[in-house]
Amino acid sequence: MAVAERARPATKRPPGGSDINLWTWFFMRISGIVLLFLVLGHFTIVHLMGGGINRVNFAFVSGRWSSPFWQTWDWTMLFLGMLHGANGMKVIIDDYVRRPGARVALKSTLYVMTFVLILLGTLIILTFDPTKGRSAVLGGIAG
Amino acid sequence: MHNEALTWSFAVRGPGWPMLVSAQIPHSPRFFTADTSERRGVRTVEKVGTIYRGGQGQWAFAAHRISGALVFFFLMAHILDTALVGFGPKFYNRVVGVYHNPVIRLMEIGLAGAVLFHALNGLRIMAIDFFPKASDRQRELLGFVIGLFMVLFAPAVFFMGRELLHSL
Ligand code: HEM
Repeated sequence: MAVAERARPATKRPPGGSDINLWTWFFMRISGIVLLFLVLGHFTIVHLMGGGINRVNFAFVSGRWSSPFWQTWDWTMLFLGMLHGANGMKVIIDDYVRRPGARVALKSTLYVMTFVLILLGTLIILTFDPTKGRSAVLGGIAG
Repeated sequence: MHNEALTWSFAVRGPGWPMLVSAQIPHSPRFFTADTSERRGVRTVEKVGTIYRGGQGQWAFAAHRISGALVFFFLMAHILDTALVGFGPKFYNRVVGVYHNPVIRLMEIGLAGAVLFHALNGLRIMAIDFFPKASDRQRELLGFVIGLFMVLFAPAVFFMGRELLHSL
C-alpha cells in the first residue's frame, strides 16, 4: 500500500497536460456499455440462434442489411468497436513499447488501419444494395 | 486512504511481471487529470521494484488486456471478411464457407469467451470507477464476474459445440 502511495503522481496537472485522457477515459466506459449490448446481442443472434454461422451466407447478410435497424446496429458496433479497441491498443503500445521510433511506427500503423477499416466498413454498409446484391463500392471492381 | 489509491494498488498488485506495470493506470478520472500521456508514473513504479504481492486483480487485469487485444484483431479481420459482401454472392459465400471449418468453430468459441470475459470484467472495472466503495469488495466482485461468466458461457459453448460436433 505504501508503494501505491509512492507511485501516485503529483495531484497538480503538469504543464502541457490536456483533458484528452479524461475524455478517452470516459469514452472507453461509455462505448464499453453500448458495446456490451451490441456485441453480446449480435453474438447471440448471429452465432448462437438458429444454427449459428451455418446459415450465415450472402442471403443472410443481405436480408439483415435490407433493414436500416440492423444496418445501424452493425455500423454502430463497427464504429465504437474500432475506436474503443484502437484506443485500448494505443494504451497497450504506450505501456510496452519504449523506443520512441517503434512507438511512433506502431501507433501510426494502428491509426491508419483503424481509419481505413472504419471507412471501408462504413462504405460497404451504406452502399450495400440488396436488390443488386452488392455494394456500389466493391461491386464495381468485381464487375 | 484515498479512493484512487485503492483502485491503483488493486490494479498494480500481482505476481511481479514487469510488463504489467501499466496496471498502475488506475481507472480514475482524477488520476488522468493529474498525470498525462507522459506516464511518468510508469517510471516511478519501475524504480520502486518488486512491489507486487500477488493477487487476482493482476490476473484479471492481464486477462482484460489480452482479451481486448484478441477481440480487436478479430474485429479487424471480421470487417475485412464482411466487406467481401460487396463483391456479390459467389465470392462472399466461398470465403465465408471457411468459417464452417471445425478449427475455426473452435476459435469462434474462444472468441466468445474472450468477448464475454472482457465485457463482464469491463463492468467490474466501471463499477469500481464509478462507485469507489466497490473496491472494498473486490473479491466478491471478481467472483461475481467469474460466476456470471460461467453461467453465460455454458449455453454458448453448448450451442456452438453442438454445431462443431455436427461439422466433424
Ligand atoms: C463488450 C463490451 C465491452 C466492455 C464493457 C468493455 C469495457 C472496457 C473497459 C472498461 C476498458 C478499460 C479502459 C481503461 O482502462 O481506461 C476496456 C479496455 C479495452 N478494451 Fe474493451 N470493452 C468492451 C468491448 C471491447 C471490444 C469489442 C474490443 C475490441 C475491439 C475491446 C478492446 C479493448 C482493449 C484493447 C482495451 C485496452 C485494455 C488495456 O488497456 O489493458 N473492448 N474495455
